[in-house]
Amino acid sequence: MSAPAPILRMSGIGKQFPGVQALDGVDFRLLPGEIHALIGENGAGKSTLIKVLTGVHDIDAGEIELAGRKVVFASPLAAQQAGISTVYQEINLCANLPVAENIFIGREPRRLGRIHWKEMRRRAAELLTRLEIDIDVSAPLSSYSLAVQQMVAIARAVDIDARVLILDEPTSSLDAGEVAQLFRVMRRLRDEGIAILFVSHFLDQLYEISDRMTILRNGRLVGEYLTAELPQVELVAKMIGRELADLERLEGRPYAGEGKSAPLLEARGLGRAGMIEPFTLGIGEGEVVGLAGLLGSGRTEIARLLFGADHAGQGSVWIDGEQVGLRSPRAAVRHRIAFCPENRRAEGLIPGLTVRENLILALQAARGWTRPIPRSKQEELVEKYITALNIRPADPDQVIKNLSGGNQQKVMLARWLILQPRLLILDEPTRGIDVGAKAEIQRLVTELSDGGMAVLFISAELEEVLRLSHRVGVLRDRRLIAELDNDDDLTTGDLMETIASGAAS
Amino acid sequence: MSALLRHRLFWPGVVLAGLLLLNVLMTRNFLAIEIKDGHLYGSLVDIARFGAPLILVALGMTLVIATGGIDLSVGSVVAIAGALACLRIGDLNDQNSVGGVLAAVGISLGLAVLLGGWNGFLVAGAGIQPIIATLILMVAGRGLAQLISDGQIITINSGPYKLIGGGYWLTLPFGIIVVLVVLALTAFLTRRLALGLLIEAVGGNAEASRLSGIRARGLLVTVYAFCGLCAGIAGLMISSNVSSADGNNAGLWIELDAILAVVIGGTSLAGGRFSLGGTVLGALIIQTLTTTIYSIGVPPETTLLFKALVVTVVCLLQSPAFRAKVFHRRRRPSASSTASEGKVKVPA
Ligand SMILES: Nc1ncnc2c1ncn2[C@@H]1O[C@H](COP(=O)(O)OP(=O)(O)OP(=O)(O)O)[C@@H](O)[C@H]1O
Ligand SMILES: [Mg+2]
Repeated sequence: MSAPAPILRMSGIGKQFPGVQALDGVDFRLLPGEIHALIGENGAGKSTLIKVLTGVHDIDAGEIELAGRKVVFASPLAAQQAGISTVYQEINLCANLPVAENIFIGREPRRLGRIHWKEMRRRAAELLTRLEIDIDVSAPLSSYSLAVQQMVAIARAVDIDARVLILDEPTSSLDAGEVAQLFRVMRRLRDEGIAILFVSHFLDQLYEISDRMTILRNGRLVGEYLTAELPQVELVAKMIGRELADLERLEGRPYAGEGKSAPLLEARGLGRAGMIEPFTLGIGEGEVVGLAGLLGSGRTEIARLLFGADHAGQGSVWIDGEQVGLRSPRAAVRHRIAFCPENRRAEGLIPGLTVRENLILALQAARGWTRPIPRSKQEELVEKYITALNIRPADPDQVIKNLSGGNQQKVMLARWLILQPRLLILDEPTRGIDVGAKAEIQRLVTELSDGGMAVLFISAELEEVLRLSHRVGVLRDRRLIAELDNDDDLTTGDLMETIASGAAS
Repeated sequence: MSALLRHRLFWPGVVLAGLLLLNVLMTRNFLAIEIKDGHLYGSLVDIARFGAPLILVALGMTLVIATGGIDLSVGSVVAIAGALACLRIGDLNDQNSVGGVLAAVGISLGLAVLLGGWNGFLVAGAGIQPIIATLILMVAGRGLAQLISDGQIITINSGPYKLIGGGYWLTLPFGIIVVLVVLALTAFLTRRLALGLLIEAVGGNAEASRLSGIRARGLLVTVYAFCGLCAGIAGLMISSNVSSADGNNAGLWIELDAILAVVIGGTSLAGGRFSLGGTVLGALIIQTLTTTIYSIGVPPETTLLFKALVVTVVCLLQSPAFRAKVFHRRRRPSASSTASEGKVKVPA
């Protein structure tokens, strides 16, 4: 089969931000009827390439051709009208508007010139049902989890009559079921001849869905490959510029804390109506407890209760054998509990502040405004964590909204590590983080727990949960249904089975 | 050079310089400053002196706006503080007793703090939108001021009280000294201590701040109370300057000038980053504008229009999008393939 002419061709693309050459002479092409993966480390320039293509940023150098005609888009709207439909990495929907309006914003179905609300709601529900999302489309978007919001953004994008569909890390907060559903839709669209650009840090997903890959490193093109011809090891080597030796090293975690008298923290019958049914869970010093379950099963809700982000309606929390009241995050921080939330844009980042300010925020809040952290101390801390987590660009005074998604995530993590908490609650900490950095963070979690820190680890990736945890709590329908010791024979299969059957094994 | 051009105080600075230049051309000896009887005199000194109340109100407003809020009630607080102080002083046996005046000043500033704290409570405790929460006091406060002054203009004759708005100390107008002290104190609290960072965090993302362990509620009440205090001091200055309190007209529309000053100074109404220096610059621009209107003899019926024009120019100069359009006519080829009418910049 001879390759058809590319629908999209970008050549010699250059883009400079103050102090950063984000893209440098990048060539890229997209064929109709293919799923093309764009791959690279955090900060490699993937999102920037997408943004210069769709008119979010101007380009400094290079040309873009769409269906053989030279184009420059003045705005994302112009790109959309030319047939390029995009889901950006940071979902830009209006959280306070209903789901249906978010899907049809700018292209509302009309009757006699007026918006036909009923029709809009009907079509929105239909569209989401096809993605197997069953929600009330007249409720505000903000009332749903990040995953649902992401699916809504995708639903909107696939409904737009487009020749090119761009998905920047659409799967970062989805679990296996939604991902499978999304892939079904993507394959159908591909077979209809639509060209799809797909970004993800999940190598398995890339190999499952993509036909072709383009790899970027430090804003430069490494090359374009057929997925079938590029083994995974080689892909990783090309992406990070060296071999990734010890990624899979952290298997099986024997836990020496057996027989300990009292756990560091224990939740007894803790619950909140409508959020999570009462559960009892203990975490010991140096122990990593994983939480597994589908989206909406109550993982995040447990984390929020333990951090005082939401008020528990019933039950109690005990720390070091004493009952404590966790009325607010502030109270939790005083007990040296830290919580890195999953939705970094809504719940983590202060977008207009610098990397330094974002990093020290929790520590400063804990000290109170009357005791500023001395400048030299700030510099020392920031420097230490920028190096430890390899945050790039390593410029403490860069405004954080200018960092790539993965690097923002690392800053969020560092904000809490600085506090040296006794219990660290991590909700999807490796979201949007590249394979190299992910291994780093996993190693970090192991080290911290070896040093005595208790960790509650939440992830949609069961492999990751299994790799890091000593014990795994399984959730289903907002109930903690089982607690499994992570001995040598526990597999992801067992976890899935437990989740599916709803019974303890 | 380009760093200077990009500095956020560059364009307001240019406008202020332009206004001053206009005055130099129109008025003889505009820049002259002299010392008469140990007092500093001159047009520039007058601008700073008459601008003092606005600068104070704008400083408090800056912090409120940085938290993502707004305070419409400052004008009413100005009136209340002035009225209460004058009422108390009027009741004194000896209006020149320093102790009595201090007590009056203390009580009215205390009330101003309380009123500000009330705003903060409505916003942070009851979760009412700032614009509505402070609108309540904006309307009710005028009534309260009239109640205090019994619907009359209270006139007093008190030497110590006159000092606040009309007096001199160490050759400087006392009002300017007060502004300098409040400014230094605010700068110290926000920039040397960590108050500024926490305010900017709450204004930038309230939920994320809460989850970082910031006690946003207490912080908001403090900031609104501080804004009330600033308005209270301004109210004392205004009433002291004319030795009377007018519950109806004192501080009328000052909230709008203060908000303008803040915005001209480069603090976003959306909250987050704020600039105290910018606010002072903004307030000085507005005050200079008022002076200019008199000195170049703009006909009274067009003064508002003239003022609006200058403010529009500053705001446009402050907008990066506008500057990009006007100053370097885009190198972007016009061949924006399909729809170029959709010039909507969607934030990514
Ligand atoms: N608006 C901006 N201002 C300044 N620098 C920016 C801006 N946007 C991106 N950058 C920089 O450009 C580089 C590329 O960022 P980009 O977001 O394209 O990375 P990415 O490949 O999408 O990474 P990730 O996997 O983390 O999402 C980074 O160094 C980033 O800090
Ligand atoms: Mg990205």
